[in-house]
Amino acid sequence: MTESNSTPLIEVRDLVKHFGSVIALGGVSMKVHAGEVLCLLGDNGAGKSTLIKTLSGVHAPTEGTFHVEGRPVSFQSPRDALDAGIATVYQDLAMIPLMSITRNFFMGREPLKGFPPFRHMDMAHADTVTREEMRRIGIDVRDPQQAVGTLSGGERQCVAIARAVYFGAKVLILDEPTSALGVAQTSMVLKYINQVRTKGLGVIFITHNVRHAFAVGNRFTVLNRGKTLGTHAKDEITIDELQNLMAGGKELQDLGAELGGTV
Amino acid sequence: MSDADAVPATPAQPDERLKQTTLMTRLLRRPELGALAGLILVTAFFMTVANPAMFSLAGIMNFMAPAAQLGILAIGAALLMVGGEFDLSVGSMVAFAGLAFGTVLVTWEMPLIVAIVATLIFAGGIGAMNGQIVLRTGLPSFIVTLAFLFILRGLTLVGLKWATDGATQLRGVKEAAGDSPILELFSGEAFEGLFAMLAANGWIDTFRNGTPKVTGMPVEILWFAGIALVATWVLLRTKFGNWIFAAGGDANAARNSGVPVRRVKTILFMATAMCAALVAILTVLDAGSTDARRGFQKEFEAIIAAVIGGCLLTGGYGSAIGAFLGAIIFGMVLIGLTYTDIDQDWYLVFLGGMLLLAVLFNNFIRKRATGER
Repeated sequence: MTESNSTPLIEVRDLVKHFGSVIALGGVSMKVHAGEVLCLLGDNGAGKSTLIKTLSGVHAPTEGTFHVEGRPVSFQSPRDALDAGIATVYQDLAMIPLMSITRNFFMGREPLKGFPPFRHMDMAHADTVTREEMRRIGIDVRDPQQAVGTLSGGERQCVAIARAVYFGAKVLILDEPTSALGVAQTSMVLKYINQVRTKGLGVIFITHNVRHAFAVGNRFTVLNRGKTLGTHAKDEITIDELQNLMAGGKELQDLGAELGGTV
Repeated sequence: MSDADAVPATPAQPDERLKQTTLMTRLLRRPELGALAGLILVTAFFMTVANPAMFSLAGIMNFMAPAAQLGILAIGAALLMVGGEFDLSVGSMVAFAGLAFGTVLVTWEMPLIVAIVATLIFAGGIGAMNGQIVLRTGLPSFIVTLAFLFILRGLTLVGLKWATDGATQLRGVKEAAGDSPILELFSGEAFEGLFAMLAANGWIDTFRNGTPKVTGMPVEILWFAGIALVATWVLLRTKFGNWIFAAGGDANAARNSGVPVRRVKTILFMATAMCAALVAILTVLDAGSTDARRGFQKEFEAIIAAVIGGCLLTGGYGSAIGAFLGAIIFGMVLIGLTYTDIDQDWYLVFLGGMLLLAVLFNNFIRKRATGER
């Protein structure tokens, strides 16, 4: 992946975010191109959540520049970010378990037919699209009217991602999509992330699991105490180096030695 | 959660798989299943125990009228519950709206249409205020509307004394309504011609002189059925219905997907209050007077009917048809006991028992339907 051949989908420079006297972000720079997975790594409290919320329009940055496809932007709400093609899939706030897959898939963007006052949801169309999109990602939906609660955690993440892709997202921000999943389900989600990347979307994959990051990432940006510690391409860094960078190194290495392996 | 279902090896064959959704599964997925089962049970019970007159045309009208009055409230309450909120003030709202209606019509001597529209707008305003307090403070709607249960009941007492110079009953509604052309929509009976024709053909019971024993269908039953149909259509088939489910299921997830959660909930609070106002208009016109006890404890009965109808207390799940059936169960038991030798006061025992059963049943069904593990 060469970097300079195109305008990045998202580029932020020296992003600063203060909450009163707390400096949540103290100068973050990163960019993501079409067709690449940028992994955003950082331990708890590194500022990952604040960064995501800034990128997705929940918070406005205190300082710094924010460009989408080369144009400067300032989002007032998540809706603005969504309209600019930036879709965020939150870890557990994406799906409503009691609602059907179809209703979840089209939540907030219901397909309509008929004339007012009899305008209503085109359920048949919604069901067809949902079943088709689920099949495309290899999820066996017996009936799109079944509740999302009947899907596994990995399937739910995939549905949330498929929904964002279907509605024309150019950049996907995935907030720890694998953190609550088992091994098989994690590999399912990672496989799908890779599939989305090859379609030409930019993906920002937030995680604190270096192995998951290394499996699908093209570049890695490490966040520590509200600052970026630099970005590394996959061929420039090893998994251990990344781990050390992320955890601030020393203690973890000592612990690793003590336990006789990598932590 | 098993790992076996995680990575399917082959793409799905949707049409073949679809057949595996059995009729039973689809039935169990309907929130109103419990209410339907309950209604069948209660009907069977009274068919065996009660005087057969209960299920004659006159008997059916007898229990459908109170069912309709409760049902209009219950359908409003059900939509609001699906949207994730409660309104405990609907019973007091009936009294307060009755006062407003009576004051505009009798004390201020306005035409009937003005009084009806003003009452509905006024109730909608109070509903909106309830909603705004809940949404802006983040307090549970249970507490906020509990406060309004007392506030509105108290205001009704105070207001009635003010409007009538000291009495707690406002009379003269029928005289004030006169023979306004829209009176037929809100009072009396409908389809009188049809019933007369049926009687003439001997299809329904008549008195000896040939007039039918039941001269028409009380209009509140038509309102009840109409509102149930509209509410069901809105809930299941419209964008707004999808938003109601989303707002009640998980307000955060809904907001993240672009659903205007606040607007949805405010509209639901308003609709619930306006349902209460409609009940007030119907019953006040019927009785010809309004008093401070109107709608007493109806909020609990409405919520119970909604729960029997399959609404979850936690929101995001339920049905308007369920509330419709739940209200009929209520009417049937309330009136049905008079057709039996059973002491009337068993009604309350039945009320509580039915609620408990319904909640247990709904919990079980929901776990089955959603595959909660």
